[in-house]
Amino acid sequence: MKITRKDFLRISGLSLLAAGCKRAAESVSQPASSVRAASTQPVRWGMVIDLSKCREKDGCNACIHACNAAHNIPQIANHAHEVKWIWTEPDATVFPSAQTDFAPQTVTETKVPLLCNHCANPPCTRVCPTQATWKRDDGIVMMDWHRCIGCRYCVAACPYGSRSFNFEDPRPSIESINPDFPTRTKGVVEKCNFCEERLARGLKPACVDACPQRVFTFGNLADPESEPRQLLRERFAVQREPELGTGPSVFYLV
Amino acid sequence: MRDRVWIFAGLAFFVAALTCPAWYAVANGKASNKSKPPNLELPANQKECVAPAGTMRAAHMQMLIQWREDVVRHGDRRFVAFNGKVYEKSLTRTCLGCHNKEQFCDRCHAYSGVSDPYCWNCHNDPQTVAGSRTRSTP
Repeated sequence: MKITRKDFLRISGLSLLAAGCKRAAESVSQPASSVRAASTQPVRWGMVIDLSKCREKDGCNACIHACNAAHNIPQIANHAHEVKWIWTEPDATVFPSAQTDFAPQTVTETKVPLLCNHCANPPCTRVCPTQATWKRDDGIVMMDWHRCIGCRYCVAACPYGSRSFNFEDPRPSIESINPDFPTRTKGVVEKCNFCEERLARGLKPACVDACPQRVFTFGNLADPESEPRQLLRERFAVQREPELGTGPSVFYLV
Repeated sequence: MRDRVWIFAGLAFFVAALTCPAWYAVANGKASNKSKPPNLELPANQKECVAPAGTMRAAHMQMLIQWREDVVRHGDRRFVAFNGKVYEKSLTRTCLGCHNKEQFCDRCHAYSGVSDPYCWNCHNDPQTVAGSRTRSTP
């Protein structure tokens, strides 16, 4: 088949026009889909911890045991090598600037449950050189243990001591392994993941479900009608060291 | 030509040294054993995998890496298989829900000379840890 110069120019012109139209149609349809994604309800998972209820059953530690069992957390005797996701410390240590001279001993000495604050502006994720830890769209400060190189910058950056490093192989120190959750390996950092794996199945975090006093209220802080938001409207709450500007998502009712 | 004896003796020694691993294997009866494909135990309760057997054989490692990226980094746990069936993207729950690690994964990995991928440094085989505890989640 012979093609004239005129036909060639006509065909190539039409093809270019068609390709251009397709591109234009795509660019018009794309923003529409991203607008649709953005209009869905935003999520910021958060937790409210009622210390007055926790005080009633001081030394219970059901939350800690539930977390340890669910996440294969090793119990290491050497304090320097300790691994912890949720733990307790005395009220006076956790909220040093909130203490008064004449506060009752029952308050200053009670143990306060502590965990990763899943900050709105987390310093740990900024310093991670491999993006092994990052902030998810739902507010969870997540860890990818596959990618962690064990540099411990995040441990240094976290002002709350929420991160632990595996100085040794954790497996021998795990009482009974839960096969549904991986253990970690020597040389990676770990911390509370707000039970991301349970949230994906529509469950609440293990500590929330395990507490006999219902101390923990878990929910979406971005939703004004959620349980934690209702509690925060009704009662006075504090965060750990809010002056650092990290914006913790864990609140304490004192 | 008076060195002929030495030259041929040297050549014979060289060839013998070069081929000694093969002779050694034959002498130990390993060669015939090794050439046989491993006897893999297939799941009794399932006839189908998440992809056709050929694809799984060639590309299960890429699939596992992809699943890992999807679950850990994007929170996407839903896998729609080639036949439209939906699976959870999970090594422990989906793969090891049917397959036995020791009689399936390990046998073929040992045969192919790629034993002990570091998945198992952290991920658990439910069969081996089952004795210590029953599964906790639904």
